[in-house]
Amino acid sequence: MVKNETTKERWFGKKSEWRGKLVIYSSAIFILAATVAITLFLTLKGLQSFLVSKLDVVYFLTHVNWHPEQDHYGALAFIFGSFAVTILSAAVAAPLGIGSAIFMTEIAKKWGQKLLQPVIEILVGIPSVVYGFIGLTVIVPFIGKYIGGLGYGILAGAVVVGVMILPTVTSIAADAVKSIPDDIKNASYALGATRWQTIYKVIIPAALPSLLTAVVLGMARAFGEALAVQMVIGNARGFPDSLVDPAATLTTIITLSMGHTTYGSTLNNALWSLGLILLVMSYVFILLIRFLSKRKNS
Amino acid sequence: MNMKKLMVLMVFAAIMIFTAACGNSNGASDSEGAANGSGDGSQASESNNVGGELKGRIVVGGSSALQPLAAAAAKGFMDKHPGVEIQVQGGGSGTGLSQVAKGNFDIGDSDYFAEAKEGIDAGALVDHKVAVVGMTAAVNPEAGVKNLSQEDLIKVFTGKVTNWKEVGGNDVKITLVNRPDGSGTRATFVKFALKGATPAEGIIQDSSNTVKKIIQQTPGAIGYEAFSYFDGSGKMVKLSIDGVEATDENVKNGKFPIWAYEHMYTKGEPDPIEKAFIEYMLSDEIQKGLVPQQGYISATQMQVERNAAGEVTKK
Repeated sequence: MVKNETTKERWFGKKSEWRGKLVIYSSAIFILAATVAITLFLTLKGLQSFLVSKLDVVYFLTHVNWHPEQDHYGALAFIFGSFAVTILSAAVAAPLGIGSAIFMTEIAKKWGQKLLQPVIEILVGIPSVVYGFIGLTVIVPFIGKYIGGLGYGILAGAVVVGVMILPTVTSIAADAVKSIPDDIKNASYALGATRWQTIYKVIIPAALPSLLTAVVLGMARAFGEALAVQMVIGNARGFPDSLVDPAATLTTIITLSMGHTTYGSTLNNALWSLGLILLVMSYVFILLIRFLSKRKNS
Repeated sequence: MNMKKLMVLMVFAAIMIFTAACGNSNGASDSEGAANGSGDGSQASESNNVGGELKGRIVVGGSSALQPLAAAAAKGFMDKHPGVEIQVQGGGSGTGLSQVAKGNFDIGDSDYFAEAKEGIDAGALVDHKVAVVGMTAAVNPEAGVKNLSQEDLIKVFTGKVTNWKEVGGNDVKITLVNRPDGSGTRATFVKFALKGATPAEGIIQDSSNTVKKIIQQTPGAIGYEAFSYFDGSGKMVKLSIDGVEATDENVKNGKFPIWAYEHMYTKGEPDPIEKAFIEYMLSDEIQKGLVPQQGYISATQMQVERNAAGEVTKK
């Protein structure tokens, strides 16, 4: 960062530095401005369904009746669907991700990392439509046959998204575990603790804030995932009775309906409002991560 | 401190520019589109006078159902008129109508009449019906039905009947696969197959291919598809209604009721390139070649006509 003593002279005096700074500063300003502009735009568009189309905010957030052709816009079922998929996928990804992170940093340091690192990279590189397609072809029929229902539902969505966010959780958790000083571990071993005791009593508690950050980051990704979920969740508008009952999330309703609406219509505005809910949630996730990492520093 | 103030100032300046750009985007693109349109037009007519050859660039977009046909026809048209560039986009019927009304698309493709959509000034658009798509219910073979009366079909889709044995099929549970709200396929099916009855809840999917996959792998599933998605493999039954087979011939002569026009809308009367392209779409070459090849029904061979209100008349 620029320090206080930087003066106008230095800024304009040296030509070579000036250019580099211009590029870097303008990138930073562009990102800042883009974020602020997107937030402003989405807020304005998202509020139009309440200000222009005169939908009731309370009804929108607390009812499950979504029938645009009858002018009923209640989005609660989708909000619930988004949270259910997110929380369940975190429940799938957190133990697996943290487990493999500990495996590759503590247990099999050399070959574990050599093997798992490329695997994680492959998982990151697979496009979400492929995850969705595999989910539709393999996971949905499996759930339908062995667990119940038709297979389309929150459970299938959570499994697919859980695998998708696994690499995010694993790589951040691995960094967190790696950053724990060796002194602490050695002290634990010196006291006669076994490796398992050291992992369980020393490493995990010491890395906990960062591990939670890893999980929350994964959840933020899960909350915004649309395509893969859309293919396996069933996209039914009603409130699901069980995990294997077709349901919908905020993102799937937006992607399903967006192309069929005309600009400025009530349904189009209502979809923007769903987008605004997603934006607000991503801010909440960021605040949560900030809060968790602050706890780590203190 | 100076530095910080400068930064803050610059960020705000950037934000102002951004929001200004966002706010004005409609107006700006409108005038731009209009300017482009007239530019194309004058250019085209000018070169018409000189060499009799069209020159310019148009954008066609909207309905994803019409996109493959429009793209294939555009290719043929560009081979005939090397001076013309036609860009074909998808995005959905709603997008097609909105964008052509705003002037961003020169031709907007849509599965439904512009009159049927809120927020579109249908009076400003000119309708060109370039093809017809026939649709019918698509059923998983395990249901054991090949024909339903329209009355039974409505019972199935409104959830009054939940097992196929109640309408003469096997003892298999019925699973509904619907399209999202606003989908042209859904609107057509609801209006002409279900006589306007609202379908009960079930799985909702947008893509015809995903719907096909779900119907094929879910016992007792029923959805609706355009004729072109039935491949005759027997994994998905093409349902007859009231004993009338779902064929191109029965759509043309008006016996089979579930079909929709594929529209190409222009804003006002088409300019020379748009006009030439639409005329090409309606020519025998396309109507007897590409149209049936790609699973659509020729608009020019229809023996019945339908207006925006859904009233069918003999041609």
